[in-house]
Amino acid sequence: MRPEGGFGEDVIASQDRSRPTPLAVALLAISFLSAARPAVAALGDNLVSIESDQLHMKGTLRTVAMPGYLLHEIQTPTGTLVREFSSTAGTIFGVSWEGPFLPDLHQLLGGSYDSYLQAARKKPLGRGPLLLHLPELVFESTGHPRSFHGRAYIPRLLPEGVPADGIR
Amino acid sequence: MRVAFIVSAFGLLGLASCGGGGTGSSSSGGNVIGGPGPNVQPIVVNSGPANNYADGAFTSVTVCVPGTNDCQTIDGVLVDTGSVGLRLLSSVLTVSLPPQNDAEGAPVLECNQFQDSYQWGPVIMADVKIAGEQATAAPIQAIGTSAFSVPKSCTQSGLPAHETVDSLGANGVLGVGLFRQDCGSACSVTGAQNPGLYYSCPSSGCVPTTVGLNQQVQNPVWLFPLDNNGVIIQLPAIAATGAPTVSGSMVFGIGTRSNNGLGAAVVLSVDDTGDFTTTFQGQSYASSFIDSGTNALYFLDSSTTGFATCQDASFFYCPQTPEVLAATNRGTNGSSTSVNFTVANADALFNSPNAAFDNLGGPNAGSFDWGLPFFFGRNVYTAIELQSTPAGLGPYFAY
Repeated sequence: MRPEGGFGEDVIASQDRSRPTPLAVALLAISFLSAARPAVAALGDNLVSIESDQLHMKGTLRTVAMPGYLLHEIQTPTGTLVREFSSTAGTIFGVSWEGPFLPDLHQLLGGSYDSYLQAARKKPLGRGPLLLHLPELVFESTGHPRSFHGRAYIPRLLPEGVPADGIR
Repeated sequence: MRVAFIVSAFGLLGLASCGGGGTGSSSSGGNVIGGPGPNVQPIVVNSGPANNYADGAFTSVTVCVPGTNDCQTIDGVLVDTGSVGLRLLSSVLTVSLPPQNDAEGAPVLECNQFQDSYQWGPVIMADVKIAGEQATAAPIQAIGTSAFSVPKSCTQSGLPAHETVDSLGANGVLGVGLFRQDCGSACSVTGAQNPGLYYSCPSSGCVPTTVGLNQQVQNPVWLFPLDNNGVIIQLPAIAATGAPTVSGSMVFGIGTRSNNGLGAAVVLSVDDTGDFTTTFQGQSYASSFIDSGTNALYFLDSSTTGFATCQDASFFYCPQTPEVLAATNRGTNGSSTSVNFTVANADALFNSPNAAFDNLGGPNAGSFDWGLPFFFGRNVYTAIELQSTPAGLGPYFAY
């Protein structure tokens, strides 16, 4: 959302795939499989599910190598940008979003969805940001209609040396 | 707070001068806010219809079957400059407002989204009357319905439904924010750009649909024949310990009469999502905004501010002693203006019987959400997109 440069960026895969890399080839191959079995999964899951998320959101996918993790950006046609953060082992440890409309959080939160559902209903009365800090999930939904921002991550999955602040 | 007393005094002077006539002001508006008029609607900050709200501004709205005197006046409606559209609880509506059907004759329903909730319900038509203003045959939303089960694509956000007095804390929401419609062009086009907030619900079931701009839930203000370019929220300053009830005004129109000029207010233009930038302690935070419909000054987080959140109320800050702070808001037009604000210990505030606080604060990851506490002791202007005002076209905030 506010990508302050500072990290070197290495774009290794993008929607036009003009420079096929081994990773891109692998993702392409896997996408045939995941298209046949559209999965509802992301956070906590393997990066295979990112292609499924892209198909579900009908978005364009761009993957950027960052120090210690991969950043996958899905630009959806509605204008909402979704980011998914995967470790070098291929586990999605964080997701974030910004845009005029909320993304499919059921899809994005994967196995963390039920904990989020329960905790979200305990928010006190009064409109304001929805911020949840559970042992197994940090969830934040802020903004207002036309401009939503949010993120969710699993603290124990944060790779060594990657600050939680980087998930936005 | 001497400054606060001076602002209040000006408000009293405005009232004493009674009526807008004879000031000789041009239609670009005078310098004084206040005075009664057909464009002035009372608002009150109190605990609301569920008797448990903090920092909510409520007003009453009259809705009529279009073209008739079959009307109902509903109070306890949240005044919300951060959203667009009038939404009333189905459980509170007794007048039979006609549904808005699509071209095939099927009713249109909407899955409305806020950052913390959703509301599902039909789009219905009403003459909306507030003060002396009227929006004729305006599409509004009835919140909550048992007639149509909520689609999975609506509940997939996982957000709770706020469709009752207990969960919403109000009988409805009066969205008088920066835009003309709640969704805009995205909901009016076919294809993947359409987020699918609106649904056509024939007997076979609800499916996402396109809805033209004029059929979407509207900001009632831009449909008024006059005073239709924005609103001013006027609330007096209050004591640091808060108040049980605070009376103020919602004034329709910016610079359209002698009682609604911009005066010395600084105009902050916003980007196309309604946001500007707040600078605080040397850091700039984009995606900041002003919003009477949120109930605290929500900003940043504990580690950035150094304020602990309350043990039993993690959505609010509990500094040991009140923290006096300053920030600068900068519009996309390059204008900037400062804000002095205080964050008090929320537990101490909630231990009082008060419902209005100018110093209730809490975290808001990454930006500033200047909620209702910001409005006390200020005249806050919200100008609607594409509407002409003495300071140019909306959208903008000014204070």
